[in-house]
Amino acid sequence: MAEIILEHVTKRFPDGALAVDDFNLDIADGEFVILVGPSGCGKSTTLNMIAGLEDISSGELRIGGQVVNQKSPKDRDIAMVFQSYALYPHMTVRENMGFALKLAKTPRDVINQKVEEAARILDLTQHLDRKPANLSGGQRQRVAMGRAIVRDPAAFLMDEPLSNLDAKLRVQTRTEVSRLQKRLGTTMVYVTHDQVEALTLGDRVAVMRSGLLQQVASPQELYDRPVNLFVAGFIGSPSMNFMSGALEEGKLRTGLGDIPIAGQLQRDLAGSKVGRDVIVGIRPENFEDGALVPAEHRHNGITFPASIDVVESLGSEKFVYFSKELGTVETAELAELARDAGRAEGGATEETVVARLDPATTITEGQDTELWVDVRAVHVFDPETGRNLTRGTDSRATAAPAAPPASAAAPAAGPDDSAAGQDTGSTATPPR
Amino acid sequence: MATTTPQKVGWSVANIVVIVLVLIPLVWIISLSFKTTGSITDPSYFPTHWTWSNYSGILTTSTFLRPLLNSIGIGAIATFIAVVLASMAAYAVARLRFPGKSVLIGVSLLIAMFPAIALATPLFNIERILGLFNTWPGLIIPYVATGLPLGIYTLSAFFREIPWELEKAAKVDGATPFQAFVRVIAPLAAPGMVTTAILVFLFCWNEFLLAITLTATTASRTAPAALSFFTGSSQFAVPTGSISAAAVVITIPIIIFVLFFQRRIVAGLTSGAVKG
Repeated sequence: MAEIILEHVTKRFPDGALAVDDFNLDIADGEFVILVGPSGCGKSTTLNMIAGLEDISSGELRIGGQVVNQKSPKDRDIAMVFQSYALYPHMTVRENMGFALKLAKTPRDVINQKVEEAARILDLTQHLDRKPANLSGGQRQRVAMGRAIVRDPAAFLMDEPLSNLDAKLRVQTRTEVSRLQKRLGTTMVYVTHDQVEALTLGDRVAVMRSGLLQQVASPQELYDRPVNLFVAGFIGSPSMNFMSGALEEGKLRTGLGDIPIAGQLQRDLAGSKVGRDVIVGIRPENFEDGALVPAEHRHNGITFPASIDVVESLGSEKFVYFSKELGTVETAELAELARDAGRAEGGATEETVVARLDPATTITEGQDTELWVDVRAVHVFDPETGRNLTRGTDSRATAAPAAPPASAAAPAAGPDDSAAGQDTGSTATPPR
Repeated sequence: MATTTPQKVGWSVANIVVIVLVLIPLVWIISLSFKTTGSITDPSYFPTHWTWSNYSGILTTSTFLRPLLNSIGIGAIATFIAVVLASMAAYAVARLRFPGKSVLIGVSLLIAMFPAIALATPLFNIERILGLFNTWPGLIIPYVATGLPLGIYTLSAFFREIPWELEKAAKVDGATPFQAFVRVIAPLAAPGMVTTAILVFLFCWNEFLLAITLTATTASRTAPAALSFFTGSSQFAVPTGSISAAAVVITIPIIIFVLFFQRRIVAGLTSGAVKG
């Protein structure tokens, strides 16, 4: 058990490429921290530096209070689960799991006892004498986990451990990983490119982009108060809708209509110059079918006409897609997100808006209808820096994105402006 | 692609021609080894009077038995040393980044290219001065040197195919680089090592030029070299029968070897040609 502290950690490869730039993060003892970001953002490099598989170019890494920059992996007391599992093919499951203990010259009966204990937890007891080649993907993944837990290390490092599993098994294993971490209470650093995995697993999530740490916060905080355009676009599925807007006296002009600047929005934007261009971000669940909004909530948003292109019904919710003249938004951050999502650069999807509606809606494809958008949840970004100008935005009554309850899309019932602008310091202590 | 009947016939004929061409001298040697001294020169391809006398002759004289032992001993020791050294070098070539890596590969290939005939005389003089002439080490050392490039080339192809993450996993599990190599990487490269060992052993077993140059007596002469020293019953009699019998004796292990390991040998020679 130990805390892991990264101070100004930088990784520059011999060819001059800067993989990780001035990374600062305090990971508390027993905390579950996720490093998330698109491919090539430096998250795996960071993990490898913690493991000791990559040298640290500058900065300091402390595990359990000791500076370990110069220590080899074997002296750091950490266990790692690899994306490919990296099971030793010539050893049985038992030998795989006991390898580290054998190297540490642990007595044979202790090794057996620990391996069997771990096998019991992971439901691998009947497979102990098989070779990895004869196991299924899920079983191999569990062996990899088992190899880590038998050692009872100071910290677990996981490098996309679930990405080789099929979708259903991934969700199931995700829950198991979470349960295992709670049970063992060991510090865990987990790398993934999947934001759903990040939000559901972590105590805190660190979002990275091109070697730079963007924001570290609890999943809900990240979702409700992204510090910049990149985090806003990366977290959440379907992702936030972006459109250009202009700040005017008392209102925010957008392609959906004029949004009155009042309440929290007014306080957040108080210092901003009138007439400046901004980027407006609205999450899909902040839209609603105009016909379903109770009269007493109507004043919290604006209604606008939309002609619906596509309706996707998921039973518990409906996604509708509509196009609108919203003004194309082009920034480096959004281009990178589009690339990561596999969309063509500056693709035609820019002006398509996704809305998540109550399943009770009767909207059909091709229909011209009226949609309502909750303006309290609007995010406003600086187009130059990508910074979120509305970090104090009230968190909606919407639940965590990965577990959408039936009424998730219903507009918030609570009073306006409840949450004050709580600071999201990048090294805030975990909510424990 | 469907093969038509004329194509099948064509290929079959071509194959048969090749097989016959290869087999005629081989069968001839076997046939000669069973002929009596008197009938060696008769015009029949197969022996009219079968005899084991050639075999019993060579297997009872130390002029052949001792060289056979030398061949096995020198071949085995040279192979062992070459594989151990080559696996370490190949590991470095496949996995590590170090200055002079391309020079190392270049030099090792250069050694493989060097015509042995150009080395024979200098080696003879050097070994005479060093007292290595006509000793086992006198042959083992040049054999290791010639076997290494082949070994490095073959083994580095095998090492390259082992996922690097296994080594990382071993390191995180607490292994030193040496332990990671011995306990994780080497066992996985074992098929490659066996292949390399076979190839190097075959080379040592068949080698003739250095064997004849660097040896003088049966103390270190290998079997192929010993064949050329066979004498007939008189000065004018050529010991064709004995030579044929000895040739059969030293060829049989190789044939068994190759039949048994042919897949491995082909894999070893061609791996790295496409991948890596």
